[in-house]
Amino acid sequence: MLANFMAWIDKRLPVTDAWNKHLAQYPAPKNFNFWYFFGSLAMLVLVNQIVTGIWLTMNYEPSGEGAFASVEYIMRDVDYGWLLRYMHSTGASAFFIVVYLHMYRGLMYGSYQKPRELLWIFGMLIYLVLMAEAFMGYLLPWGNMSYWGAQVIISLFGAIPVIGDDLTTWIRGDYVISGATLNRFFALHVIALPLVLVILVFLHILALHEVGSNNPEGTDIKKKKGSVADSEKSKFAFHKVYTDKYDIVDAIPFHPYYSVKDIMGVVGFLILFCWVMFFAPEGGGYFLEAPNFTPANGLKTPEHIVPVWYFGPFYTILRVIPDKLIGMLGMFAAIGMLFALPWFDRGTVKSFRFRSKAHFVNLVQFTVCFIVLGVLGTMPASELANLIGRIATLGYFGFFIALWFYSNNENTKPVPERVTK
Amino acid sequence: MKKIIIALLTLVPSLVLASGGGAPLDHANNDITDKQSLRNGASTYVNYCLGCHQLQYQRYNRTFADLDIDEEEGIATLMFTGEKPGDHITNTMPKKEAAAWFGTAPPDLTLVTRFRSSDWLYTYLRSFYSDSERPFGVNNTAFKDVGMPHVFQQLQGVQELTADAKAMLKLPTKEQHPLANSDLVLTQPGELTPAEYDVMVRDLVNFLEYTGEPSKLERHRLGYWVLGFLVILFIFSYLLKKEYWRDVH
Repeated sequence: MLANFMAWIDKRLPVTDAWNKHLAQYPAPKNFNFWYFFGSLAMLVLVNQIVTGIWLTMNYEPSGEGAFASVEYIMRDVDYGWLLRYMHSTGASAFFIVVYLHMYRGLMYGSYQKPRELLWIFGMLIYLVLMAEAFMGYLLPWGNMSYWGAQVIISLFGAIPVIGDDLTTWIRGDYVISGATLNRFFALHVIALPLVLVILVFLHILALHEVGSNNPEGTDIKKKKGSVADSEKSKFAFHKVYTDKYDIVDAIPFHPYYSVKDIMGVVGFLILFCWVMFFAPEGGGYFLEAPNFTPANGLKTPEHIVPVWYFGPFYTILRVIPDKLIGMLGMFAAIGMLFALPWFDRGTVKSFRFRSKAHFVNLVQFTVCFIVLGVLGTMPASELANLIGRIATLGYFGFFIALWFYSNNENTKPVPERVTK
Repeated sequence: MKKIIIALLTLVPSLVLASGGGAPLDHANNDITDKQSLRNGASTYVNYCLGCHQLQYQRYNRTFADLDIDEEEGIATLMFTGEKPGDHITNTMPKKEAAAWFGTAPPDLTLVTRFRSSDWLYTYLRSFYSDSERPFGVNNTAFKDVGMPHVFQQLQGVQELTADAKAMLKLPTKEQHPLANSDLVLTQPGELTPAEYDVMVRDLVNFLEYTGEPSKLERHRLGYWVLGFLVILFIFSYLLKKEYWRDVH
């Protein structure tokens, strides 16, 4: 009965074939480690944001007069509204945590290198859209930090010569942040950007499955057809789109092996997530900021206007550069550098495990600088903070410049032919 | 293991740093599971605070239900101006005039502990001192030049700056430190002893922490069940993974 039904479907839509191609017979390197959990976790959080978001919109009121009160209505009068709201607000921060770790994985293991440049670009586009999505969503509770955070960030565009002022007015739909801004941000936050995000995630995964997954050693599990003895090939059956072109070694089917492993990762993640959500949903004032518990007030600025923690690194780069326009260009350049990473890195060895000492040091200094920039972004500005911020900004950009120089002729170790285990 | 540590370290900056500044706060040590304390706080609130400060997001009947107050009793003891039990806890103070009277309209207090923190509120309500230069004759060490009169003066009595604090204020601005609750001394006792007054304020703060998030107790209760379930599920998901991966190794 079921078999007949599937046969009927498969004749009309290749469901079974797609399942095999992308899951049950997709060859994944067998040596994925801890860092490989974050891709599936990012998808989990995306689904969480979409589902809880749909339910929140059922009671949220996108207007300057009603937004703040409607959030409190959700928190008090809607059954389990508090849970939906906290799942969504904690999910926003969790999204950035898992995405940063996911990107860092790619950085360490060279997953952006040829042939995965486009995969990396799609990932970066996801990150960019995610930042826009988070920025617009942050305005919606219409708290005072929502209001002033948006005011500060949008006014940055005013630094652009000639068109700056008109551009900011066009973005806001008003001369200040107002209900008009809230309404358009709501539309973009709940429809336009999530749609783009889902399409980009789809393309990201398609691109991944076209080129295949990298692994912590950066070895290639797809060998030239006919170059591997049958006894050396992976003992598992893979889809013919992979085996027709390559001999596959050291791989296992994604399903069930990585699906059961990812379930374990999901449950582990949910323990941390729920621990924060149920017992510290404010995240120490970083996930939900204290000034946001007062309604937006155009006449009363919060003591320190700082963006949410996940924008910290880029906000610091903006802030430590004395000129507003150059600061803004610096902030966007910082993200642009990440886009161009596959071309800054001229090396052919992927994983830092087999690259030079210089690369390891560079990677460490970049990590430190990024964290320092992030921490500074959540703190009020001071002379000392600006000095440290400038050094860290140099370190951030220096990473890419240095990489471009040494990667051309790098003293690397031989990459093993096969995954070592 | 090392990698997990590195991963966790990347979370540290977002969790560890706390914003500083200002004088140290006293700890409220309130307990939102203590229903008697919450009921006392609610009573203090409607008698002393509600005239000026609304709780516009909080409903009477929700408060009764959460604080184990019988609805009839609640109507009799906590509702004075003919509202319905399903109404929000509001007052009729005109905003515009209030702003003229106090310099700024008295803010809604439903979320005050989430905005300021319970410790801050506990410190603030115990930190009024007499200052003849202020319109209502009082100032506050936790909130300099606050527009609010000391509503509890009859209960607490009159506090004044200590001689040391007064001397400190005469120093050049650079050598001054921010005033704290410890710079105050009670010069005229009120109807309550200092210990009784602290308890009253603690109960009030407790009630306002409750109104800030009425679902907090429910959140904690549910949280333990969810975490317990997830921990057990984690064990099974680990065993499942191990079972499947025997084929790989």
